[in-house]
Amino acid sequence: MSEQLKVKTMQEFMAEGKQPEILFWVGSAGSYDDRAKKISRAFVKLLNKADVDFAVLGTEESSTGDVAKRAGNEFLFQMQAMMNIELLNGYEIKRIVTCDPHSFNTLKNEYPSLGGNYDVVHHTQYLKELIDNGRLTITGEGYKGKRITFHDPCYLGRANSVFDAPREVLSKTNAELVEMKRHKKTALCCGAGGAQMFKEPEKGDMDINVLRTKDALETKPNIIATGCPYCNTMMTDGIKAHEKEDSVAVMDVAELLANSQGL
Amino acid sequence: MEYLPNIVFAIALIVGIGFFARNVKKLSRNIKLGKDVDVSDNKPQRWKNMAKIALGQTKMVVRPIAGLMHIIVYVGFIIINIEVLEIILDGLLGTHRLFSQLGSLYNFLIGSFEILALLVIVAVIVFWIRRNIIRIQRFIKPEMKGWPKTDGNMILYIELVLMTLFLTMNAADFQLQQLGADHYVEAGTFPVSQFIVPLLDSLSESSLILVERSAWWLHILGILAFLNYLYYSKHLHILLAFPNTYYGKLKPQGQFNNLESVTNEVKLMMDPDADPFAAPAEDDTAEPEKFGASDVMDLNWVQLLNAYTCTECGRCTSECPANQTGKKLSPRKIMMDTRDRLEEVGKNMDANKGEFVPDGKQLLDDYISREELWACTTCNACVQACPVSIDPLSIIVEMRRYLVMEQSAAPTELNNMMSNIENNGAPWPYNQMDRLNWVNE
Repeated sequence: MSEQLKVKTMQEFMAEGKQPEILFWVGSAGSYDDRAKKISRAFVKLLNKADVDFAVLGTEESSTGDVAKRAGNEFLFQMQAMMNIELLNGYEIKRIVTCDPHSFNTLKNEYPSLGGNYDVVHHTQYLKELIDNGRLTITGEGYKGKRITFHDPCYLGRANSVFDAPREVLSKTNAELVEMKRHKKTALCCGAGGAQMFKEPEKGDMDINVLRTKDALETKPNIIATGCPYCNTMMTDGIKAHEKEDSVAVMDVAELLANSQGL
Repeated sequence: MEYLPNIVFAIALIVGIGFFARNVKKLSRNIKLGKDVDVSDNKPQRWKNMAKIALGQTKMVVRPIAGLMHIIVYVGFIIINIEVLEIILDGLLGTHRLFSQLGSLYNFLIGSFEILALLVIVAVIVFWIRRNIIRIQRFIKPEMKGWPKTDGNMILYIELVLMTLFLTMNAADFQLQQLGADHYVEAGTFPVSQFIVPLLDSLSESSLILVERSAWWLHILGILAFLNYLYYSKHLHILLAFPNTYYGKLKPQGQFNNLESVTNEVKLMMDPDADPFAAPAEDDTAEPEKFGASDVMDLNWVQLLNAYTCTECGRCTSECPANQTGKKLSPRKIMMDTRDRLEEVGKNMDANKGEFVPDGKQLLDDYISREELWACTTCNACVQACPVSIDPLSIIVEMRRYLVMEQSAAPTELNNMMSNIENNGAPWPYNQMDRLNWVNE
């Protein structure tokens, strides 16, 4: 066990009769996937450093239903959504932050018409906010001299026009940011969206993540940065396909920022 | 006999426009076969989108060469139509160059039409070369074989012929003006067609009149024919791009609609006071609503309008990650299939007194395969790429909904994923009680 993280659940807040500033929606990947759990931990380290009074739902959290919806199972999606909304509204949640652009998109855009109205931000937006209002002070050399290229997650970038926040946070690490040929609105998908994460791809001549990592490798990066646990998995696998796993790392924006601060 | 040309012209005009009106009616009937959808919100933004995207061509120039060439043809098309107005009035009234009274403005107008006509010819030739010599990838994909390829070239040939006729007409007119022929008042400047004049040098006045009149007639008849070609062609986009960009999606691209029929059922299921044995409401005789889409009538009318608006440029397909990696999915084909099936349904109705008689076919499987639908990553690259706000993704999702909710026909791995969500609230088979373990690992 590494150093202790300070994580309180909504139940604990309730018991104390308090409200957190913000709810951290961990998401299924962030809770169960070994790689994504590290992203959750890195993000919490930053929240702890900034003294953010945040809560998680813990064992009460359940899938947003996003992936079911993209797969066509509107029924399952709405069941999940309504259960979550009941819980969130019961706790009178106002603001949510999440490291998963898919949760971000569905909570922000698809929950309101089912009765769930929250101010939802992606963790890169929230980190930028913490830095901008001085709650999170960034010091040191960070990743000076390293080349980082940011892969835009479809559901953060194209789908919700969040392009600048992750780049601004990355710039705080003093790394040299390089853009892939296709970036922002024209970024290529990592291949995981639309429930592809959970199935084998259809017959073709290449896997999408291999093509996307080719885009990334063309920028000769030391690190490929992502802002999505699924992109992270896909890009990591893509790097392996190109046999570059020894020279190129795939890391989340939160991990990079936490590492740059020695957290 | 003096009025014979006027009468012939009027008849041609009435027949041409009448036929077109009939096709527009058919078009609108077919589009209305789609389900209703509320797109009455945010009108100012909708007008703005139409002005920017359709009129202003902002998304065309994302690809600079094709975009610039397209703007030339588009501007040429719109501006040269002022000339067509004069031609129509001349034809009906028996006048010649009616607007020549405008004097120097007229000279300027005719001069600019000529330059535009030349530019259009150049652009059309470049387009033809891109399609047939360079064979740019997106123009030679499997769905472009046969009629779509012919259609694409046909439009270019027609435009080339119309512009050539226009310039020939002007050249002959110019020469007749120089010769001082009756009716041929000196009007207009001819910066381009003056170079055609030497070719007509040896012709007598009467031959010149024959050339001028033939070109004049063929030009206007050609335009009327082209107008009627639209309905049978991908070229409908010149009209439909405007309503299509108006009705295009305003919400964030990632936001999919929530099916209301599902909401009602889920609410009922979750309502602790609901009586599971309650008899359905008295007036509830209607067929239960079908979830998702297996045929064009299950789509909404904006999606059907999308299908008719598609001009098969293939920008969507060339941006599609699935297509780029050799999968069967092509967003353009989704749109073409939807249109082709809708046309088939329309013809079926025409043949059966306006009633659709089931033909044992549907959009799913007969046109769009399941393999195509399951290859989509819902990344919205196709939606982003479309220069006229078409949303192929919404059709793909609607058809997935049918497969999953009506047919339980999702791929096995996805069924596993979904039962995990049902059982333990995550797409993987982990215990919900372990959700917070990451904190202490």
